[in-house]
Amino acid sequence: MTDSEHEQALTYPFTRPAALEPPAEWAELRQGCPVARVKLPSGDEASLLTRYEDVKQVLSDPRFTRRLTADDAARISDSESGGVFNSDMASSIPDGGEGHQQWRRRITKWFTARRMASLRPGMEAMAEQLVDEMVERGQPADLKASLGFPLPVWVICDMLGVPDSDRDKFSHWSDALLNLTRYTEAELMAAQVEFFEYMSGHITAKRKDPGDDLLSELVAGGEMSDDQLVATGMGLLVAGHETTANMIGKMVAMLLVDRRRWEALLEDPSLIRTAVEEALRYDANLGFGMPRYIAEEVEVGGTVLPGGSTVLCDMAAANRDERAFEGAGDMNLTRSPNPHLTFGAGAHSCLGQPLARTELQAVLCVLLRKLPTLDLAVPAGDLRRVEGLVVGGLSELPVRW
Amino acid sequence: MKVRVDDGKCCGAGTCVMLAPDVFDQRDEDGIVVLLDETPPERLHATVREAAGVCPAAAIELDENV
Ligand code: HEM
Repeated sequence: MTDSEHEQALTYPFTRPAALEPPAEWAELRQGCPVARVKLPSGDEASLLTRYEDVKQVLSDPRFTRRLTADDAARISDSESGGVFNSDMASSIPDGGEGHQQWRRRITKWFTARRMASLRPGMEAMAEQLVDEMVERGQPADLKASLGFPLPVWVICDMLGVPDSDRDKFSHWSDALLNLTRYTEAELMAAQVEFFEYMSGHITAKRKDPGDDLLSELVAGGEMSDDQLVATGMGLLVAGHETTANMIGKMVAMLLVDRRRWEALLEDPSLIRTAVEEALRYDANLGFGMPRYIAEEVEVGGTVLPGGSTVLCDMAAANRDERAFEGAGDMNLTRSPNPHLTFGAGAHSCLGQPLARTELQAVLCVLLRKLPTLDLAVPAGDLRRVEGLVVGGLSELPVRW
Repeated sequence: MKVRVDDGKCCGAGTCVMLAPDVFDQRDEDGIVVLLDETPPERLHATVREAAGVCPAAAIELDENV
């Protein structure tokens, strides 16, 4: 691309050649324009980063803040509230510095690798139940709706001590809260209010009658205000549901579009761990890049950004950077080490990553064991992406077995 | 090989523990890294290198000349 082409801001997000393929712009921008001007759905402009090193640098630098509340920060979506990025729902959770670290460490004890290992048999049992129900309903089936979407809600509801009968409500709220364009403003607001009221009631109930769950323990710890407890419960669902649900669908799709990948795993299930990491890296549909705002002047990728800049870190583009990954354009199920940026980097990097990893490994393990003949029920070209959500994914994953 | 961890930087993602549970653990109270074996045996060097390479907070440092 020439410089003159870049005088015009590119429209973000980019259009895709096919559901699982990266947009052509990524390679061009990484090569010729690592700090690119883009126009967001709101009409505001931001600087898009696509190289591994630049994305990692910005996500790891605490001077770049996550909240886009400054007057000169770009707005992401054109809805009034600005969607989940600009919502004040989470404002009671400290967003940076020591307060954030304290908050994070209180939650992290529920997400240790050891705890995840102990939850894994339960997750496999849930996955088995969902697969059995899918098989009973007959083929072809939508694997996303049957397994990908419900499993992470079940897991989070369990962690929060929410009864099974309320799982469907949780699914709806999390879907509505991540809207960019799919739900109306009124639907989004209604979902927020209902969800908030449910969580407030739930926390009151846990105070009276504690169970063996994360919220009961946080309530008993007495270190968080009620607002913080509510925001934490809501935040975990919003952060952990749609992301993991979509990743389950995309991971299985990526393994089935080239069935040699699936067969390699059938032959050697010890590849499950590295295959999950590679699916996380290779996913070209991570969704909207991570926005960050910086008040002071800073240099990134050889460009000086003025104070008051909003940058967008495109982790999926960075994950395909040849400078960081050999054969970045190929899916290699044995890749190791695999320092992909799918969970972010630095102090805010995904707190739920051990949980997400364990869920993905459990799902793959169960599918390989129970449905070794699994295959796509439509040609790869017929797979469709979801539009209008912050998190990218496939609208459905039709499979047979 | 000598391993050092920076518990101020650690963000508790547990990635190192999932990879090399004989070398890394997490504190019960806040999930922050605990180093179990400062000089891991040779057979674990590859996984320890991987753990250092993928640590999201760059909190693991290796001295390979020891
Ligand atoms: C494959 C699934 C997932 C992906 C791709 C993902 C991705 C991410 C990313 C990129 C961030 C960084 C946000 C930023 O830098 O601003 C993040 C943060 C976070 N994630 Fe995840 N996530 C996933 C699953 C989960 C799960 C299962 C949970 C918990 C139930 C979770 C909880 C969180 C929380 C609480 C944060 C905020 C951490 C902080 O601010 O310190 N995530 N996630």
